Amino acid sequence: MLRLIGRRLLLMLPTLILASMLIFALAEVLPGDVGRSILGQYASEADVAALNRELGADRPLVVRYATWAGSFVTGDWGESPILNIPVRPLVMEALGNSLLLAGFALVLIVPISIALGVFSGLRRDSWLDRTITVSTLSMTVIPEFVSGVVLIYVFAVWLKWLPVSALPPDGSPFYDRLYYLILPAIPLMFLELGYIARMARVGTVQVLAMPYIRTAVLKGVPRSRVIFGHVLRNAMVPTVTVIGSQVGWLIGGLVVVETLFAYPGIGKLMVDAAQSSDVPLLEASVLMVAVIYMLANLIADIVVALLNPRIRKGG
Amino acid sequence: MNEPRSPYGSDPDLAEEASWVDADPEMLELRAEVAVDREAEGLQADGAAALEQRRQRRYLIKALLRSPTFMTGLVIVAFWVFMALFSTFITQSPTTTDPSVSLKPPSPAHWFGTDDLGRDVLARTMAGARTVLIIAPLATVLALLWGGIIGLVAGFYRGVTDEIIMRLIDVLLALPIIITSILILSLLGKGTAIIIIAIGALFTPVVSRTVRAAVIGEREREYVMAARLRGERSAFVMSREILPNITQPLIVEGTIRLGYAVFTAATLSFLGFGLAPPSPDWGLTISVERIYLQIAPWTVLFPAAALASLVVAVNLITDGLGRTFSK
Repeated sequence: MLRLIGRRLLLMLPTLILASMLIFALAEVLPGDVGRSILGQYASEADVAALNRELGADRPLVVRYATWAGSFVTGDWGESPILNIPVRPLVMEALGNSLLLAGFALVLIVPISIALGVFSGLRRDSWLDRTITVSTLSMTVIPEFVSGVVLIYVFAVWLKWLPVSALPPDGSPFYDRLYYLILPAIPLMFLELGYIARMARVGTVQVLAMPYIRTAVLKGVPRSRVIFGHVLRNAMVPTVTVIGSQVGWLIGGLVVVETLFAYPGIGKLMVDAAQSSDVPLLEASVLMVAVIYMLANLIADIVVALLNPRIRKGG
Repeated sequence: MNEPRSPYGSDPDLAEEASWVDADPEMLELRAEVAVDREAEGLQADGAAALEQRRQRRYLIKALLRSPTFMTGLVIVAFWVFMALFSTFITQSPTTTDPSVSLKPPSPAHWFGTDDLGRDVLARTMAGARTVLIIAPLATVLALLWGGIIGLVAGFYRGVTDEIIMRLIDVLLALPIIITSILILSLLGKGTAIIIIAIGALFTPVVSRTVRAAVIGEREREYVMAARLRGERSAFVMSREILPNITQPLIVEGTIRLGYAVFTAATLSFLGFGLAPPSPDWGLTISVERIYLQIAPWTVLFPAAALASLVVAVNLITDGLGRTFSK
């Protein structure tokens, strides 16, 4: 098991380095003359050259990449030229907010979608099964800002059950924060619902066809124990794999939902940094997202390995 | 890496024979003669095969026409394509402003109401189909083209070429697509052409994976072997022999990508990386008008419903195609 984790961590490293090169290339090489783009087209050649020297933008690319990556690893993420404050605390705080929202959404997503999937698997080919499958898949393919505005309209504007904003007033207790996060979490849940429910359904249908289920039923094991003891457990492995593969969508969803609800998470920070061409902030937030994305995939792999003894022992 | 690099597959005898065929001048002559004969014979064989192919195609089309999922999706998409092309001749102008009717609810004069600038929401909702229906299909075509070429090359040659291409693709997929596209668009500037190229480029890796898998399934078949022994060039084998045999997975992949392209294009314009006002684009409209959600929900809900219907319709088509092909 430890060997599996170690090997996966080692495999992550080259991908991460290449991804950082990609980010660096997109952010620093493509825009061309850094000094010119900061000072504007009316600045003199000498001023541009001086700023480039000051920023270190006149050095060779390899040196610039090494300096950038080195200072990132040692925790010096630079200062935002737009906001004039250090980048790191900004990114870290936003990351915390995003993790809270994503974590809360996952807590909702996993049990609900598995329950829906297993439920429709148990009632295979009934009209209920078809309704659940079609509606969850439709929810998944509809962009999250579309379901988001509809949900805001229905639950916050029309029924007035939930607050419109995603943040409670300052000084509210923690459970209040969660209450304000219910509405933003639902579009994120929709985004994942279809695939996870589908996997849980397929898993259930497959497990139900197994001889050991028939044995259990024939020897008189109560239905609830058949479902919770056998079906659920064995239908979990493909489901967890899919949850892991959906992390990228969850992150993409965070960007949109945070923008829609004006929630100060990493996704909104990234969009704002991109809109205002705040390169250091953009680089740091995108790189952090890449790290989180890969770690999340790793965790998903580990959970799958833990659930599946063949992978666990073979490690 | 265990894969042998010879394009003639894993059989050492066959590989040897093939190299001998390539080298011997007498064999070359013989091959030329065979080629002439083949042309005569081939016409008949081709005729029968073409007939069989046409029969199969007709059967597939009939099955698709009978599939309710496929037809529902097709009708909705056709509706939006029609609106994208001709809505300006039917509805009021989507861009004419009239401050005197700002934020009015739906009425006989304005079926879907008016927005903050007094523009007709019905006209804007119908015209809003245009941008997404330009961006998404073109981006999909680009992705299919690039991904098709990369997948064919990687799957056909295998070995080191394959290994290098697949590693590079893994890196491109190391970031969620929406984030890479924000990065690209914020640094390269906005504009329809850049969005199309960015989405096309970012979908290329996934398409090339699918194509590669399909090519690997085909490359050991007899007809590929026969074409190689005939001495056809690799490019010919890839484009004229293998490609026609992987059109079904390619079509399904294309419709899947089309659905995602609509999703991505709409999301990017919602986030402000797409078009600028006064474009009636759905994502942009929802982003701009959502501040009026509490007092004038119709300005947001109609474009939202329109976008939802298009995305669901494309996915219904995908679903219908997938089911029919897998039968």
